[in-house]
This record gives sequence, C-alpha cells and structure tokens, in this order.
Amino acid sequence: MTPTSLSGSATGTARGAPADIAARQRLLTWLALALLLGTLAGLATGAQGFSLRGLWADLRGEDTVLLLGQIRAPRTLGAALVGALLGLSGAIAQGVFRNPLADPYLLGSAAGAGLGVVLVLAGAALGGASVSLASAVWLARLGLVGAAFFGALAGVGLTLMLARGAVHTLRLLLAGVVIGVLLGAVSDLVTVVSPDALRGKQAFLLGSTSFLGWNAVALMSAGFVLLAVLAQRHARALDALTLGEDSATSLGLDLGRVRLVLVLMLSAGTALAVSQAGLVAFIGLLAPHLVRRRAPGPHGWLLIASAGMGAAVLLWADVISRAVVAPEELPVGVVTAVLGGSYLVWLLQHRVRR
Amino acid sequence: MKPVLQAVDLRVRLGQRDVLQRLDLHTSTGWTALVGPNGAGKSTLLRALAGLLPPSAGRVLLREHADAPGVDLHRLRPAQRAQALAWLPQQGDVTGELTVRETVELGRIAQLGLLGTPGPADRQAVEHAMAQTECTPWQDRRLHELSGGELQRVLLARVLATEASLLLLDEPTTHLDAPHQVALARLFRRLAHDATQPRAVLTVLHDLPIALQADRLLVLDAGTLQADGAPTDRAVQAALVRVFGGAIRIEVDTLGQPRVALALDA
Repeated sequence: MTPTSLSGSATGTARGAPADIAARQRLLTWLALALLLGTLAGLATGAQGFSLRGLWADLRGEDTVLLLGQIRAPRTLGAALVGALLGLSGAIAQGVFRNPLADPYLLGSAAGAGLGVVLVLAGAALGGASVSLASAVWLARLGLVGAAFFGALAGVGLTLMLARGAVHTLRLLLAGVVIGVLLGAVSDLVTVVSPDALRGKQAFLLGSTSFLGWNAVALMSAGFVLLAVLAQRHARALDALTLGEDSATSLGLDLGRVRLVLVLMLSAGTALAVSQAGLVAFIGLLAPHLVRRRAPGPHGWLLIASAGMGAAVLLWADVISRAVVAPEELPVGVVTAVLGGSYLVWLLQHRVRR
Repeated sequence: MKPVLQAVDLRVRLGQRDVLQRLDLHTSTGWTALVGPNGAGKSTLLRALAGLLPPSAGRVLLREHADAPGVDLHRLRPAQRAQALAWLPQQGDVTGELTVRETVELGRIAQLGLLGTPGPADRQAVEHAMAQTECTPWQDRRLHELSGGELQRVLLARVLATEASLLLLDEPTTHLDAPHQVALARLFRRLAHDATQPRAVLTVLHDLPIALQADRLLVLDAGTLQADGAPTDRAVQAALVRVFGGAIRIEVDTLGQPRVALALDA
C-alpha cells in the first residue's frame, strides 16, 4: 500500500486511495469538457436556436460585440456561475445537515427572496411604475436584485432567530420550514392585494438566466471565489460532522460557531444566485449527488466538484432552454426541474431494482 | 503530563429525570471499567466527563496532574478540551463517504485545527492508531462498506490518533467478535500502562468478564456510584452482584482472580 499524504491539495485530489484519485481525475476531465463545450454551445445558441453555422456568421457579422459580447457571453458565463454557487451551497447544506437530501433553499432563503421580490413589484405597481427582471432601468433591476438578495438573507435570519442559533439541526430545519410557509403566505397575500405582482413573481419562481449581464457575472465571480475559499477552509469541519455532532465536538470543533458560519455561507451563496436568476430548481440538490455517485470523497473535493457540476448542469440546461423552442425560450428553472426530477425518478427506480 | 478529570457533586438532569445524582469521582492512570445495569447513567456520566453534557449542578474539573488546580471543563474551548481527552460514542452515527484512513486522520483535528497542515508526527499517529486496531489492510474502504465491528475499530482508531492521555470509551467492545474483544482488552491494558505515555482509559462495558480484567471498577446504579475499587475487592464484587439484581455470581479462582457467571439456576 502506498502511503498517502494526509494533506489535501486545494481540490483534495492529491488525497485518498489510488482508485478514488483516478475517479476524481476522470470526473474533472469530464467537467472541464462539459464546461468548455457548454460555453461554446451557449455562444452558438440564439434566437434561431442552436447553430454552429449561426455562430460563425455572428462572429463575422456586424453585431458581434452586441450579440456575443453583451448578450450571449455574459448569459452563458452567468448561468455557469449561478450553477456553481448553487452546487457549492448545496454541498455545504448537505454537509451541515448531514443529509444528502438537504437543499440550499431550506432555511427560508427561497421564501424570503420571493417575498422581497413581491414586495418591490407590488410597491412599484402601487406607485404606478412597472418593474420586472427584464426592466431596462438599472435602478429598477437593482431594486429587484437587492430585494431578492436581502429577502433571502432575512429569511435565513428569521429562521436562525426562531431556532435560537444553529446548534440544533432539527430545530433549525423545522424553523426553516415554518419561516418558509409563513413568508410564502405573506407573499401570497401581497399578490392577492396587488395582482400585478403575480406575473413578476411567477417569472422569479421559475428561474431565468435571460437577464444576466456583465455586472452580474462580475458580482457572482467575486462572491463565488470568496465563498469557495471560505468553504475549503471549513472542509475538515464538514468531514468531522459526518461522524456525528458529539464526535465532531469531542474532536475540538466549536459546533455552534462553525455551523453558524457554514449556514451564513450557504445562505449568502444561495441569495447571490437567486437574486440574479430567480429560484432555479434542483441544482443544489442534484450537483453534490452526481459528484458522490461518480467520485465520492472528503469535503475538500466534494465542495469544489459540486460547484463544477452545478456550473456544467446549469450551463447545459440554459442551452436547452434556449434551443428547444427557439425563438421562444423556456424558463431555465423548468428545464432543471425536468432534468433533476427525471434523474431522481431514475435513481429511485435503479435503487429499488437493486 | 497525566491529566485528571474530577467530578465534584456532579448532577445531570435529562428531561424530567435526574440521571446522575451528586456524583464524586476522579479518573486515574490505568484501565478503569464503568459498569452497571441499563439506564444506570453510564453513558451520561461519560458524556458529562467529556464535556458534551452540561451538568445541572456540580462541576467537572480538568487538572493537568493530580495536584494541579482544576479548570472547569465547560469553561474550556472545545479545542482545548480535545487536546486533553478523547471520547468514543456508543454507536457510530456516521454519514458521508469518508474512507477508513480519512476518518482516522480526523483524530488529528485537535492538534492541527481546521487549517493546519499535517506533519510526519500526525502521519505517524494515524499509522500507529490504524495498526493498533488492525484497520491498516482496509484503510481505503469507505465506512458504509464496513461491518459493525470493523466500524467500531475504525472509530476507536480515530480516538487513538488524538494521542490524548484521557480516553473515554463508551462500549468499545460492542459488535466485536471474541478475538477482537480480547485484542481490545489487551490494547486497553497496553495503552494504560504505556511506559512513555501512561493513560487513563475509562471504558463503559457491558461485558463483565472483560470488565473484571480492568485495574479499577466503577459500579454505577440509578445515577449513583455504588462501588469504586479493584475487581479483586470483595466490597466491589458484592456491589456488582447487588446492582445486577443477583443475576450474576462472582467466583474467585485459586489465583484470587474473580470470574463472573450467570446465575441461571437462581
């Protein structure tokens, strides 16, 4: 047996059994390929659907800068970043809650973001203005993005208050469900009073990558790098948590503090993604699952690989959402829900048969 | 350094029930077995001594050595606690996909913190812990692929990798076959009487034949300490028979060694 190094590299690939390392390298290769081809496909998908010839024509055409530089490139990169943020947040959530079915939208962030958006939409309608995610007025868009971001954080804040911190997992999950239901009810109430807000809310709930520009890409890139570095620093804590909460504490972990930091990290990642693209479904749940099936490993690897997997899946979901009914578009959240749902059905069948 | 844990007038209440009542005891270098019937409070006592359960009254003190001033265990940061003592839970509650080696490596967190890079000493502690529990041949397997007994040995290796001088082990021999139970009993003795690092090994045990091999017996019943002494002590043996409601008999062989028998004919 070759002695293996105890220290992991940044991605954790240097650590583990030879078969594990080979599986991780294989997955990394596939992910790199999927991201590369997905970016190319994203650039080649426009109003006429997916067309490489179209991309060639666009590159030689007059509107290259506008079409590719200002619309398709930021949208494609933005989709990948939203996926990466959700994949990373999902992997953190599943680690913190020690449950492979945990989802970053737990803890009230989704309902909070939804309520934030509805309140801004209703407020604008009350003032006689029309605001939507498609709004060209940057102030209006900023208002919506901000409302979603702070709404998501406020939802998690309320959950943490109700659960009195992050020490008790079950209390935290239960508080998340309660806050989710309550905030959801408030936002339903607002849409009853102000029906104009309903359509905007619908678009937000379905998730969309249509409005991602370079500002969003820059913001999400900075956020992702910061969160990924922070998450890596807590990978060992997440590993310790797999042995149980008491065991993790006995190993020297300040569980209350560590879990609070992790919950704040996953909430910030989710809030950032949701504020830019709405409630894109299933990525946070799916990405870590796919990584675990192909190349399981400690969190040093799992976190970063889930981010890569989330990016690849959302990148391709975005291409599909634009290509299948071109020149119309499907909301990307619908595509991810169909893909994610089908995968889970397949997984269930597969497991039952085994 | 020989750190000592001391329970002073320790009371622990869980829900509506006083599980531990006014308990006074201290750990000692050597192998100590904590025995008693189901519900006696053995695991609760161990968790309180490990700093995982706050006492409802009284204190648990940690001393650097027998004569040093005590520090309240619950005032220490978890990382400080973890450098002095290690705890093994009764049942492994593991999730995730860690391999055996990755799990044992977690034992070094107390020394490394979350960010430290392991050095040769850490690697050696991990290798040694796996060798002592005979996990080395399957160090690359994942925990969910192991049997109950194998998992128990890996979790024990994780405890040994901490190199703490105080080991609090809750039923470490559960799920183990006879050869491995005997091997562990020998290991506890070796750890406790190690020439370079003598340790205090406190084990909750249901297996009375093994418990009688320990240097010291703590007999617990209904949250109170009934006896504390060597297994050869007649008063300790009498307490043992009493707390188990006469279901066992202690017989002493010609060498003076106590043996336990089930009183099936009673």
